Amino acid sequence: MSSLYLRRRITNWLAMGLSMLATLVGLAFLAWILWETLRQGIAALQPSLFTKITAYGADGGLANAMVGSLVINFIGIAIATPIGVLAGAWLAEYANRTTLGESIRFLNDILLSAPSIVIGLFVYTIVVLPTTALTHGSTTFSGFAGGIALALIALPVIVRTTDEMLRLVPSTLREAALSLGVPQWKLTLQILIRAARSGIITGVLLALARISGETAPLLFTAFGNNYMAINPINKMSSLPQIIYQYANDPGDAMHSMAWAGAFVVTMFVLLLSLASRLVLSRNKVSHE
Amino acid sequence: MSAQPGTIASSSLIQEQRSRRDALDERLFRWLLMGCALLVLASLLGAAGATLWGGREAFAKFGWHFLVSTAWDPGNDVYGALVPVYGTIATSLIALLIAVPVSFGIALYLSEVAPPWLRAPVSSAIELLAGIPSIIYGMWGLFIFAPFFADHIKPWLTNNLGDKPDDGKVSWLVQHVPFIGKLFGSDYPFGASILVAGIVLAIMIIPFISSVMREVFQTVPTRLKESAYALGSSTWEVSWDIVLPYTRSAVIGGIFLGLGRALGETMAVTFVLGNAMTLSASILDPGTSIASTIANQFSEASGLQKSSLMALAFLLFVVTFIVLLIARLMLRQLKLKEGR
Repeated sequence: MSSLYLRRRITNWLAMGLSMLATLVGLAFLAWILWETLRQGIAALQPSLFTKITAYGADGGLANAMVGSLVINFIGIAIATPIGVLAGAWLAEYANRTTLGESIRFLNDILLSAPSIVIGLFVYTIVVLPTTALTHGSTTFSGFAGGIALALIALPVIVRTTDEMLRLVPSTLREAALSLGVPQWKLTLQILIRAARSGIITGVLLALARISGETAPLLFTAFGNNYMAINPINKMSSLPQIIYQYANDPGDAMHSMAWAGAFVVTMFVLLLSLASRLVLSRNKVSHE
Repeated sequence: MSAQPGTIASSSLIQEQRSRRDALDERLFRWLLMGCALLVLASLLGAAGATLWGGREAFAKFGWHFLVSTAWDPGNDVYGALVPVYGTIATSLIALLIAVPVSFGIALYLSEVAPPWLRAPVSSAIELLAGIPSIIYGMWGLFIFAPFFADHIKPWLTNNLGDKPDDGKVSWLVQHVPFIGKLFGSDYPFGASILVAGIVLAIMIIPFISSVMREVFQTVPTRLKESAYALGSSTWEVSWDIVLPYTRSAVIGGIFLGLGRALGETMAVTFVLGNAMTLSASILDPGTSIASTIANQFSEASGLQKSSLMALAFLLFVVTFIVLLIARLMLRQLKLKEGR
């Protein structure tokens, strides 16, 4: 065994060992974060969290924040889904391989990772400030503004998955429909989007998972509200915003409520990503 | 068919009307779709425009001085961007220093080393990390990791690498290596610091970088790798001399993608950065970042302070836009190569 050979063997072992170590480190942090969220969250869970509102502080619950999260997320998804699906359809069906289409596809990928706090300030400028001017000065943070901010974050996710899924639809389907004289808009809406349905649903679920943990864009749009608000024209609380507020509070009781909120949000997000995987994998099986 | 049977003339008229209506529908539909797609462009331009417009007072008042001033004094209404800009860059660079080698290791393990049955579960577990909301990272950092760091890691760092050790005896390394003492010297008693924020950011961006790397490693033609193996290369030599050079531009793209995420991250950083508006050479001292300054101060700010925060947001947006642009361009090169 020459010394060169030995050195190469040792380098190889070292590299393989380090790569395994890197993977273990990644998995260890995942386990650590999930474990703490589960442990602290389950310890803090109690029925009053779901029935009382945050106005009672340490004796209250998170009911208004949960309702607020649901409403704001719903508005976000309700705005982003139709726009995102149609924009994705345009990229895949009308503008594929055109300069404008390629540029928008490219910019969409950038919007996908754009800092969410800047999106929040953008919506603050275009929604909160004008409505404030209408009401003569009292700042009009609202659940709608929060929903619009989240829609802007969900939009690129939905555009991208719709675009990708539509491009996966076999072109024989398009040709068959066109040869029967179906207009292209009908082909897009009634045949292609339906064929790519489960992929598009996956995209919507992923977008929902992405926005339901977002905090930064809500701080200056939905703002927060210690009382129950269902009408999104009011200020609205949301789980991430309450977690942020309570975690910064010096009181231990507030911290454990923040953990409970974190537990609920994490479970929701993880279930959504699991569901999106299931939808996609079932689709794959049915195509085979 | 809803058209009633009739004379040839009237049926051709119906057909003509119908095809005209179809053409109109088609055009309307095309415009609607294009309008939706242009919203993507509009929101990017709008975000840049809104923050620039919001920051116009600050830019007009301070000019270029805004970028190099360390002042942040709401009492005297004087603002400068240097402290948050420094914090953003320092935390992101630390995150990259940690995340890039770890991500490379994970990608290498998952594409070359691990037994095939282990690859799918491990890679979905790592991708799970990417799905955890950033506020959870922030809470974990604040309540679990920062105290752990302050108890177990920070004392060792300050005593062995810093210029302010607890017992006053500066170590040999610090006496002989310049800068290192300043970098790790701190008498701040808590864990929250630029280094901890960098570590938390690193954990957040590892799944992004490693999944890009793993994906591009798999695009390397098997022929190329097997030729190298046939010549007697080891797995490490194939990875370092064949796989990495072949995928270099996409790997850099993946790293820039992670950098873009790290620069704009708000919640995870805000919790563990300590929010100190002071410039310190030590990475164990608290600091602030652009995003966390905005998150902390915007709701109570007014006038020039609000405008300065908007100006900060504009800087952040422009910088992340450029970083992400580079990332996507680098990643696109690989796609072009794939098509060849």
